[in-house]
Amino acid sequence: MSDQLMVKVDNVSMQFSLPSEKVNSLKEYMIKAIKRQMHYEEFWALNNVSFEVRAGEAVGLIGLNGSGKSTMLKIVAGVMKPTKGSVQVFGSMAPLIELGAGFDFDLTARENVFLNGAILGHSRADMEQYYDDIVSFSELDRFMDSEVKNFSSGMISRLAFAIATIGQPQILIVDEVLSVGDFRFQQKCEERIRKMLDGGTTLLFVSHSIEQVKMLCDKVVWLEHGNMRAFGDAAVYCDEYANQ
Amino acid sequence: MLKRYIENFKKFRPLLTELVERDIKIKYRKSVLGVLWTLLNPLLMMVILAIVFSNLFKFDIENYPVYILSGQVIYNFFNESTTSAMSSIINNASLLKKVYIPKYMFVISRILSSIINMLASHCALLIVMIVMGCEMHWTMILFPIPAALLIVFCLGIGLILATLTVKFRDIMHLYGVFTTGLMYLTPVIYAMSLLPGWLSKIVMINPVTNYLMMYRDVMLNGCCFTLSGFFLGLAESAAALIIGLVLFAKKQDTFILNI
Repeated sequence: MSDQLMVKVDNVSMQFSLPSEKVNSLKEYMIKAIKRQMHYEEFWALNNVSFEVRAGEAVGLIGLNGSGKSTMLKIVAGVMKPTKGSVQVFGSMAPLIELGAGFDFDLTARENVFLNGAILGHSRADMEQYYDDIVSFSELDRFMDSEVKNFSSGMISRLAFAIATIGQPQILIVDEVLSVGDFRFQQKCEERIRKMLDGGTTLLFVSHSIEQVKMLCDKVVWLEHGNMRAFGDAAVYCDEYANQ
Repeated sequence: MLKRYIENFKKFRPLLTELVERDIKIKYRKSVLGVLWTLLNPLLMMVILAIVFSNLFKFDIENYPVYILSGQVIYNFFNESTTSAMSSIINNASLLKKVYIPKYMFVISRILSSIINMLASHCALLIVMIVMGCEMHWTMILFPIPAALLIVFCLGIGLILATLTVKFRDIMHLYGVFTTGLMYLTPVIYAMSLLPGWLSKIVMINPVTNYLMMYRDVMLNGCCFTLSGFFLGLAESAAALIIGLVLFAKKQDTFILNI
């Protein structure tokens, strides 16, 4: 079981074409097309990146800003399709890419639990089962019937984290979200992730805190300007990354 | 391949319910009469149009308020569903950039919300017909047929508009003008018999005219729609749906780069 393939990233390249000027209207487009002024700058956010993640592993993505970490995670999560190469994911996935992305601020917290659950692909019955757990984890019992627009950013993050981490997903994707809330809640989040890892969940993790990566991950993918610089043992490469 | 699509749809089907519920909740939150407005709105509009047009232009149409209201049921659905489907992708940009959701879900949810409004105005029509003592025909039970054809047609158009709008925002501004124009090319407030020959030909080209005539046939005239009308409607809705699906499927992976 332990060497079962969970995520296979095969020669993934992602190209963005950056028009030198953004063309947003038909008129501009026509004028530019006629004048042949459509300049595109090619920009490769990722270049031939390949790695594999096996069941139970915790893999961190490290690299400087703009090295393609988030793009990589979004491709794994299915938000974007790679220009070249392929990504295969075997198993259920819980993405924690940006907390609270699916909230409707005019709805109450209770209504948002079900809306957000549905966005993540859970049925209403599932969500009813997890509802109490979500409320107690986010510590928002008194506020479940108030509209989310009145919430503080900490409350929103807490609620979003609680919804996104229900159950026992096979693959958990975490992008820079552990820096939410106060330190006590951060600890609570880390604890929860750790518990999932112990239960056999596979983790893909992005953080700028190299300490966190070292603590949670067994392996790292080191990205540099969209190229893969290294893939291997976390302890070794985290030190090298920190000392460069 | 197809199996994967169906499984994916099943997984996200609860999302449709949630999205439609949200649309309705948000629309009527903090209004005293709440959902009753879906019924009241078309009624009040009908009153105004009926007063204006029966006094100003003296159209000689039997049961004119009912005639107008039936036109509104169909045309407002076309207008509302396609307009809201058009902006469904760009309005949910922040979500689509962060979470994987089948993108057509947003288009379908907008169409479904509009269907609920159409059903409400359909009920409003029935109420007015009862109040005005109109004859109730058995053909009324056939109303789901023109309604279903129109829904499929609007879904197709909605998919096309949503795809194009991602790339060219101009369409949003242009479309409002277009639907206002199209309303006058649909026999909502006037009767076909009033039109000169050349104009009636143009009005007949408009696909919505055909759906509206089918609807009026079963609701007001107590006769079944013509077979040729049915097949024309079927062909037009199938064509719209196929073009919409193909275009949307082909372009959906590039949405993320343009929203």
